[in-house]
Amino acid sequence: MKTKTTLAEFRSLNSVRKKRILRKNAWCWVFMLPTLLLYILFQGYPIITSAWYALLDWSGMTMNATYVGLGNFKELLADPLFYNSVANSFKYMALSVPIQLVLSLIIAYILTSIIRKGATVFRTMYFIPVVTTASIVGIIMIFIFGGTGPVNQLLSLLGIDTINFLGDEKTALFTVVLIGIWKDLGTYMIYWIAALQSVSQDVYEAAKIDGAGKFRTFTDVVFPLILPIGGVIAVLCVIGSLKVFDIVQTMTNGGPYFATDVVATFVYRTAYSSTTGSPRLGYASAAALLFGLMVVVIGLVLNGVKTYFNKKRNI
Amino acid sequence: MKREKLAGKFGKSIVYVLLSVVALIWIYPFIWMITASLKTQDEFFASGLSLIPKSLNFDNYVRAWNNANFGVYFKNSIIVTVSVVVIVLLATSAAGYVMGRYAFVGKKLIMGIFMASITIPLVFTVIPIYELLKEMGLEQNLLGLILAEAGGGHVIFLMLFSSFYGGIPKELEEAATIDGSGFLKTYSSIMFPLAKPIMATVVIMQFIWTWNSFLLPLIVTLSRPELRTLAVGLYALRGENVVDWTGIAAGACIAVLPIILVFICLQRYFVDGVAGAVKS
Repeated sequence: MKTKTTLAEFRSLNSVRKKRILRKNAWCWVFMLPTLLLYILFQGYPIITSAWYALLDWSGMTMNATYVGLGNFKELLADPLFYNSVANSFKYMALSVPIQLVLSLIIAYILTSIIRKGATVFRTMYFIPVVTTASIVGIIMIFIFGGTGPVNQLLSLLGIDTINFLGDEKTALFTVVLIGIWKDLGTYMIYWIAALQSVSQDVYEAAKIDGAGKFRTFTDVVFPLILPIGGVIAVLCVIGSLKVFDIVQTMTNGGPYFATDVVATFVYRTAYSSTTGSPRLGYASAAALLFGLMVVVIGLVLNGVKTYFNKKRNI
Repeated sequence: MKREKLAGKFGKSIVYVLLSVVALIWIYPFIWMITASLKTQDEFFASGLSLIPKSLNFDNYVRAWNNANFGVYFKNSIIVTVSVVVIVLLATSAAGYVMGRYAFVGKKLIMGIFMASITIPLVFTVIPIYELLKEMGLEQNLLGLILAEAGGGHVIFLMLFSSFYGGIPKELEEAATIDGSGFLKTYSSIMFPLAKPIMATVVIMQFIWTWNSFLLPLIVTLSRPELRTLAVGLYALRGENVVDWTGIAAGACIAVLPIILVFICLQRYFVDGVAGAVKS
């Protein structure tokens, strides 16, 4: 059934078989249709339309839209708030990705190779924040890190002054990063566990016979083996961190004074929120397009780097 | 040798202590949320770090459910999530079936385009999605939100289904053809029922994603508060009412506890799905 017929072969077939192949193709397309429609309407078409909106000066409220060409992009490149949001997105990434990857790898290794009893229970507990609603977690965290919240009460027990974690420009972004790590650690832990489980048990046995401890086994034997999958996990982590929106929007709205304003919150505010004057859909689309391109390019570059290293290792 | 073993045991207990401390930090916000939702307002501000409420007080839940419309939001969340799960399951299973078992014109192109769309952030496509719903006249009811939430290429699910269906032996299909089953009947009565393990993964993953979805329902319901889901409802409540923290905690529990329960019961399938995503 899986053999593919080339056009030349197809022409030379008799009409009964031709009919059968055509019918099979038709059925295949009927089966693809629902998924294709869901993609075209709500992902494919929006991608193209958004690129078109980016060329318009349009509030989204009325039908009047004027074509401004690359005007929105020129304005963006001179907009300090846009630069600020791009910088914050990258700061968020730079702070969260390394901690996220290392911490989740340590936990994954402990849960797969060092302890046996209770590993599933720990895994479940670390994973719970992943399945909970980010926007709701964000709101709960406003109180937990608030002036009278548990974190500050604990600090005052230790004799430390109250810290306005989310309200102070200096601490806000770092607090958001910490909460982001708490929220997503479980995902990367599961990725690492999947990677570690692909390592054959024989490898551990061999390392043990050679007298390597758990730590040496990891650094010298296991880690090099899982590095290729580790590259994929790192790319996913980078892209995931650049897309952050829910917890930032609910915890800080991008504030205080835009200290936690990432690109996603910048786009949302520009397109839908009236706090900065009238909404500007065209301008917001241009910002989203520029940033979307950045994410795609970073993804491609990281993928390239990954394949380069993998090839080098194989020589 | 003995000494080494003793050191090993000591090391292990340190590992357990550390793991437990991390676990406590990870679970603490949920414990805080549950106990706060059971306290009275006065008790909440007076009790400090104490987690145990003096008595069980369900007023906060009544207030959230009735006055803050969480009853409506809960109903909306259920309707949207269940509908999206059904749509996505039926669509991706059918598509995965033909992708896994047949070579047809355009297959590689479709998969290529779907794959290329993965990295594009939702914030980029959400503006036209809302405009499209308005043009279709669907922004005024839950159907619009349901379709938009079900939208996309669902690459992970397509891959899961296509590798599963691709692995079913040909003989089964040939036997069905000899018995006179056509294309559709072979799929619906023989193949589809076999895919239960994959379905479980798809159902739970999509359920959790849709339940937690925030940006899309936020924008679709901006001018329609009665269509809000729980994720958006709590954000709106917090925007309107900063003081009622016990009510907010109760609302958060209504939104979050069902999904945690679903996860704990079916976590094997979810974890398999997430792990499968990175392996492929």
